[in-house]
Amino acid sequence: MKPPQFEYAAPASLSEALALLTASDGEAKPLAGGQSLMPVLAFRLASPSLLVDLRHIPGLDRIEVGADGVRLGAKVRWRDIERDTRLATALPPLAEAIGHVAHYQIRNRGTVGGSLAHADPAAELPGIAVACDAMIEIASSRGTRKVAAADFFEGALTTVLASDELITAIAFPAWPAGRVSAFEELARRHGDFAMAGTAVWFDVDRLGHASNTHIGVIGASDRPRRLHAAEAVLNGKPADATSIAAAARAAAQAVDPADDLHASAAYRRNLIEVLVERALTRASKQADSAVKGSH
Amino acid sequence: MKVSFKVNGKPVATEVEPRTTLSLCLRDNLRLTGTHVGCEHGVCGACTVIVDGDAVRSCLTLAVQMEGCDVVTVEGLSDEAALSPLQAAFRRHNALQCGFCTPGMLTTAHALLSEEPNASVERIREVLSGNLCRCTGYLPIVEAVLDARAAYGGPAYQPADAGHGASHASAGAAR
Amino acid sequence: MNAPVPDLLPESTPPDGPYVGRSMQRVEDLRLLRGRGTYADDVALPGMLHAAMLRSSVAHARLRSVDATAARAMPGVHAVITATEIAGAPGAKVPTVPLRLQPLACMEPYRQPVIAQDRIRHVGEVLAIVVADSLALAEDALEAIEVDLESLPPVADWRSSAADQTLLFDNTSTNRGVTFTARRGDIDAAFGKATHVQRERFTIQRQAPVTMETRGVVADWDAVNSRIVVYGAAKVPYFNRRTSADMLGMKHSEVDFIEGDTGGSFGARGEFYVEDFLVPFAARHVRRPVKWISDRREDLMTMAQSRECEAEAEMAFAADGTILGVRGTAWCDLGAYPRTNGLIQPRNIAHFLTNAYRIEAVEFASHVQFTNKGPAGTYRAPGRSETTMFCERLIDLGARAIGLDPVEVRRRNLVTADDMPWHFASVTPSEPASTGVTEADSGDYRSTFERCLTEFDWAGKQALQGKRIDGRHHGIGVACFIEGGAAGPRENAKIEMASDGSVTLYVGSTSVGQGLETSLGQIAADALGIPMSALTLLHGSTTYLSEGFGSYHSRSTVMGGSAIIDAAGKFKQAVREAAAVYLECLADQVVLEGTQARSPRGRSISFAELARSEKIIVEGTFANHHHTWAYGAAAAHVAVDARTGHVAIVDYLVVEDVGRAVNPLLLHGQVIGGTVQGLGGAFLEDMIYDAEGQMITGTLADYLLPTATDFPQLRAITLEEYPSPINPIGAKGAGEGGTIVVAAVIANAVANALAEYGVNPTSLPLSPSKLWQMIETARAA
Repeated sequence: MKPPQFEYAAPASLSEALALLTASDGEAKPLAGGQSLMPVLAFRLASPSLLVDLRHIPGLDRIEVGADGVRLGAKVRWRDIERDTRLATALPPLAEAIGHVAHYQIRNRGTVGGSLAHADPAAELPGIAVACDAMIEIASSRGTRKVAAADFFEGALTTVLASDELITAIAFPAWPAGRVSAFEELARRHGDFAMAGTAVWFDVDRLGHASNTHIGVIGASDRPRRLHAAEAVLNGKPADATSIAAAARAAAQAVDPADDLHASAAYRRNLIEVLVERALTRASKQADSAVKGSH
Repeated sequence: MKVSFKVNGKPVATEVEPRTTLSLCLRDNLRLTGTHVGCEHGVCGACTVIVDGDAVRSCLTLAVQMEGCDVVTVEGLSDEAALSPLQAAFRRHNALQCGFCTPGMLTTAHALLSEEPNASVERIREVLSGNLCRCTGYLPIVEAVLDARAAYGGPAYQPADAGHGASHASAGAAR
Repeated sequence: MNAPVPDLLPESTPPDGPYVGRSMQRVEDLRLLRGRGTYADDVALPGMLHAAMLRSSVAHARLRSVDATAARAMPGVHAVITATEIAGAPGAKVPTVPLRLQPLACMEPYRQPVIAQDRIRHVGEVLAIVVADSLALAEDALEAIEVDLESLPPVADWRSSAADQTLLFDNTSTNRGVTFTARRGDIDAAFGKATHVQRERFTIQRQAPVTMETRGVVADWDAVNSRIVVYGAAKVPYFNRRTSADMLGMKHSEVDFIEGDTGGSFGARGEFYVEDFLVPFAARHVRRPVKWISDRREDLMTMAQSRECEAEAEMAFAADGTILGVRGTAWCDLGAYPRTNGLIQPRNIAHFLTNAYRIEAVEFASHVQFTNKGPAGTYRAPGRSETTMFCERLIDLGARAIGLDPVEVRRRNLVTADDMPWHFASVTPSEPASTGVTEADSGDYRSTFERCLTEFDWAGKQALQGKRIDGRHHGIGVACFIEGGAAGPRENAKIEMASDGSVTLYVGSTSVGQGLETSLGQIAADALGIPMSALTLLHGSTTYLSEGFGSYHSRSTVMGGSAIIDAAGKFKQAVREAAAVYLECLADQVVLEGTQARSPRGRSISFAELARSEKIIVEGTFANHHHTWAYGAAAAHVAVDARTGHVAIVDYLVVEDVGRAVNPLLLHGQVIGGTVQGLGGAFLEDMIYDAEGQMITGTLADYLLPTATDFPQLRAITLEEYPSPINPIGAKGAGEGGTIVVAAVIANAVANALAEYGVNPTSLPLSPSKLWQMIETARAA
């Protein structure tokens, strides 16, 4: 299990890195933490001619928290997210999900950009990105563009990213006070890719009704998805046991999971119902305590 | 390609192919064979070393990425004279049998306790869940790490922390 | 319940009293904790080259040709070896792997060729070996080898194997290698008088031992002396030396197998793997040292897989709960070849359905079916884990059916001290050296059972059964087990006094990570009456003894330890005789105190002084055709989330009587580690092949081992009530008991938790997806 031969470059700037990608004619691969790429190389499932190491490129490793939301540079590592105490209020679903991402050593090197580009349908960050309406910022020698997370993932391990493009950051809209959320997943073992998972959030209007409900799921399709049909079931209703159960049933009906080694499609569909129900229930309790707290 | 970095405090320089992993470089080029390779796809944790203070999987890291870095391997955890408190705790608790996963367990636990000497039993289990051991069933390893916390400035050891018993009863020969 | 940390002594501190029975810190830890062990991949020799294996990517095919022309021309490549080079002459056949355990003549046509010659029978079978300057270059060259083959229909499971429509081996008429049958008593009479017969079908999945160190072989060809030294040996170096030498056409004395540190075995290292021949062959071929280290993918494909079987089993009950008999049939999927140990699992499945119970009538047939999967071998508790689950599920189900408490039914039927020596069923065919008859040595199986119930608070936990707390269904289960160990035929030891008076002990037992240097060192220090620090214990390598056997079947403490005791007695006598000359007294008058010999008149001579002019070397041995039988019981409390199928272990306790624990700390480690390995098999581990014979679980992200977060709540108690009467230590082999009982007790506890739905777990693993499906199916029914 030795990787095939390749060349290695560690350019000092983004423009140099993009130039190398452009020049390689699709034969080069960017290398950040390498935590997804290295196993692929070890099994010789890919044989790039050149690895472009992003380690010297400045400015891609910042977590910015501002009035317009949270922006994570592509080189932000899982451990940086884990240790940034601002995110607990600035982007609660991410703060909650991060504990499920891989293992300690992987979290020390794995990056935001690497996870988005790898696009595992059961990975947490792509799920959070889709559930939270994030925009993915992309650069190439041809210029820059922003793609909504919902449009970024095309299928399992497939994205809209062209071979000369690099992810530079992901931006999440601002998270208002009073918005409630929860993340739930079930994996075979702690740190494994989830059999299925969900990130949910909603706002509570003056009548105490849920609005702007977002239900994102992972492991339930070939890519992370929002379940608009299930969201609609909850919107405009009080988030009580009845409406939550109805939304969870709608979620289960809206997914199209596949069989694999670890779980059957039927099981995954069931799991989506259970996890969405549990996540919405937990979120609704935050809403209850917020309402009580305001009195 | 030539790559220069520090290993266990000493500067090293060696020639590698770009495809050479850090684990292979440490073992073959530098003959530091304490770092073990158990899967080469980032699952087992046996190859864990500490890079600039962070525990990382050396099979998922290229040697050329180490330029200018500070690497600590199991060989750097103690000197000739005595085992480190963490190693001694592993020995007291029988936290190793075949010893193959042990270097990765030690480097991981050392990195953790250096940063989080008060790590809870749940945190220790969670962190060690990235390292596979096939012999011990993990309980004595978790216990040893709990025991070692004090040496890093953490709380004194209380055997009850791990929530499991190690009992041996001898009723003598009935026949 | 938490016991204090045992009173540990470092090996440098002699205890007040004997070493045996004490929790000594391990000798081997000092090097292993510093990263100074010497595992196979740590061996580096001058001029060493690296080998990579070209392995088949198809499960079943006729192999037409292997063209390595392009690969041989690649830079850094020294040789590509195929069946042509190994066979030597046109039309000659390559060697095949002999059976070590149960060497039945009927297995001859099914033996594994060391390299695919004209037929490929599993994914991962070796087609060629590349030897190159580096492993990366060798792997590059693999891609340049062209293989011409004709696909054949894969035999993907035991059913298609049993259909015999596609035959896997020439000169055979069936894919069924052999059928082992266990018989005892009058089975028809037993079932004839039964008031209830419980009948179930069980399915156990394929599992893999997955040692953390993969296999590895380094072979050093000595052209001057025409000798080969092989590093990376484990478990059975003497057998493998003989086998390898025979295949290489060399004298046994011209081949040495050197044992270093070994990263786990769990049964899997007891094979002769084809690489144990191919790598020495390659070294001789290129006249340079050659290293081959299996990567994880190769290891998952080719290291012993085990446990896969389906069984129909029936248990006959009398109205009072007496178990009158058991009968049934099992079909074991052995994969492509029997290799050296493959027959042990099917044989044990035939043998041990009676488990720890006084069951007078038995008739159980276990079929060996070959398929196009990776070859099976032994895995910790081979066949026993499986049959213990069959037996214990049948008892729970049968007891409920006749309205009795399963605990009472167990009490009624457990083998007691009065039944000893209890005869198990006899098995046919049996290996030539054995009568096929086995008997338990000592014990009272009710004693560990009662102790387990008490310590677990079985009575107090009755109310938990089926109860729903926080949305989870709680359940408790209990199961008994027996653990055979200490297989013969023999083990050897040698003790030598060096010229400085230091004592070196050589033993044929091998270390696979179980702390052998410490436990055998304790036995030796007591037997010699010297501190552990005064002796060096060397083991395994074929350079130490003319013959040795190794570590398998939980045998090393008993067999190696007993051989050491024999050698130590002879050594002390030799020292007395030598010292008597200097002390001017009779040998019988010499008293040994540590490393001093004293005469009755107070004169003394030290080992160091004696060694200046005397050379003392003695050999000891221990032969045994009877097994030791440790036994015990385990209880579990589980909580099942019926909506997700997730099972949490709330409490788990195993109690085992091992006769005598040489080092309780190390034994406890074996039991807990073995338990977690068993829990892996019960919940996580599943080696899956598809209909084409492709292994789907080719990574450790797919084949799931337990991790530190999975099973933190476990307890173990070791008892020493009934020492074994058949060896001088009183110890019983005890490395597998933790594993044997897990599947049984977990299945019973999960069934208990989900009793309201009537869920009956008879297949493994109990993954969330499968358990949820069982619940759904049961609810619908």
